[in-house]
Amino acid sequence: MLQLVVSGLANGSVYGLIALGFVLIYKATEAVNFAQGDFMMMGAFVTIWLANSHYLGLDFWVAVPIAIVIMAIAGYLLDLLVVRRLFGQPQIATVILTIAIGFILRFGAGAIWGHEPQWLETPFAGREVRMFGLVLGLEEVAVVIVTLILTWSLFLFFRRSKLGLAMQAASQNQLAAYYMGIPVKRIQSLVWALGGAVAAVAGILFASKGAVDPSTGLLGIKAFAAAVIGGFGSLPGALVGGLIIGLVEPFAAYALPAGYSQVAPYAIMLLVLIFRPAGLFSQVQKKKV
Amino acid sequence: MSAEPVLKIDNLESYYGPIMAIRGASLEVRQGQIVTILGANGAGKTTLLKTISGVMRPAKGTILLNGDPIQGRDADFVVKKGLVHVPEGREIFPLLSVVQNIVLGAYVRSDKAAIARDLEMVFTYFPALGERKEQPAGTLSGGQQQMLAIGRGLMASPEVMLLDEPSLGLSPLLVDEIFSILKRLNTEQDMTVLLVEQNALVALDVADYGYVMELGRIVMADDAQVLESSKDIQSFYLGAVEETQRGQRRWKQRKTWR
Ligand SMILES: Nc1ncnc2c1ncn2[C@@H]1O[C@H](COP(=O)(O)OP(=O)(O)O)[C@@H](O)[C@H]1O
Ligand SMILES: [Mg+2]
Repeated sequence: MLQLVVSGLANGSVYGLIALGFVLIYKATEAVNFAQGDFMMMGAFVTIWLANSHYLGLDFWVAVPIAIVIMAIAGYLLDLLVVRRLFGQPQIATVILTIAIGFILRFGAGAIWGHEPQWLETPFAGREVRMFGLVLGLEEVAVVIVTLILTWSLFLFFRRSKLGLAMQAASQNQLAAYYMGIPVKRIQSLVWALGGAVAAVAGILFASKGAVDPSTGLLGIKAFAAAVIGGFGSLPGALVGGLIIGLVEPFAAYALPAGYSQVAPYAIMLLVLIFRPAGLFSQVQKKKV
Repeated sequence: MSAEPVLKIDNLESYYGPIMAIRGASLEVRQGQIVTILGANGAGKTTLLKTISGVMRPAKGTILLNGDPIQGRDADFVVKKGLVHVPEGREIFPLLSVVQNIVLGAYVRSDKAAIARDLEMVFTYFPALGERKEQPAGTLSGGQQQMLAIGRGLMASPEVMLLDEPSLGLSPLLVDEIFSILKRLNTEQDMTVLLVEQNALVALDVADYGYVMELGRIVMADDAQVLESSKDIQSFYLGAVEETQRGQRRWKQRKTWR
């Protein structure tokens, strides 16, 4: 039973990190990047390509930062070259665009790396840790720990650093940020870069505890539900939303007839929307027009 | 008074799409002055300030800051050059704390020690902000938010501050307080101010020089005292109505304002 909890938390961490990406980009630019799940998948494949022995075979600890940087640059360029051009268009334009980018990434990954499920070769694969009298997979424990550290670092980054504050400022009042000499457009591209980097970490974590294939990114829909549960504006909320969904899934699978468990994340999302429409971690904020 | 103006605007034109909002405005602001732009709602005062600070691009004309052209440049360039715009309606960052708001005003600067000094200076001029450092800015009163917007602007260490209707929606008592702080900043910190106001009485009180704007044009320019005693200004902005001269005043209005 507790093993079930831990593996649920590990899955939930990945959902939470993808949800974090949704929230980051939404808060800063009011766009929802529906390709966030596919970004995660790309991050996973890029790392596999760099690190696995039958590809480039780099050392794991070298491959990871390179993959993160590659995905950050991809996020930055996506905003700079594509998303920014839609400025002033209705929001649906960005929605359609990012959905289309998701398709392209799925096809692209399939064309480059094939459609077979693949694993990331990690130094901690197959190892076990003993905690609280339990035997747990090191991967799963690492996933949870890395996620907590990353969320906490992001939280501090937004609180303390000049760039983090500027990102918050640009999301709360874009015009005022511009008046203060904050280069709002560059800041927004940097937020997309951050979204890419977080997606890469999510992908690395996902691929180190299970197999990825090009359609793995579709679990971004669950992460979207997680972001909604968390209030779609709060970083800790996104993480908690992800953990909730990660925990509910295995138990729903255990308790409910096959098939129903797949619906559980969305059922929770609906319940949250009905009883707490602003999400569990809502911030009260009146948007300036 | 120095020979060259800090800010010199020549024949500026700005559009909202096809609508021409600034129709060839020219003005000058000299070092250490408070210069005010008066004008009715919709005259184009805000648009003029936005064009100066780089929020909007002019279609025509030049803007010289210390002799260097800044027209058409982005706001971050203009702020770095020493001109900051404190916008109409405060425009604070509601969920950030007071001190975070203020510190963001120094975004374009990197001189840590001087920034820390200026932060202390802001709190000495606006003690109410110092008492509420950690409070979310959105929970401040209107007057405090206006002080915050000015304090945040000060953090850019500007040579010239553009200030758009700081009196808007504030009680007369608060307006007096804010304008006396403004006057102190002007004399003690040698800050040059271009002040847009609908409240002509308080603006002319602190200003050295004034312009009157109507329908995108400058229609009048003179020393503040002269404007203060001018019949047109009195009847339009200071609420003085001389019953016996009503006919003559109407005629004069048409002549001067159209
Ligand atoms: N965003 C906008 N789009 C179109 N027209 C505008 C916009 N903002 C202002 N205007 C028009 O430009 C003119 C000048 O406005 P503004 O500069 O705000 O005047 P003021 O600040 O003197 O009240 C007005 O006629 C106003 O209707
Ligand atoms: Mg105005």
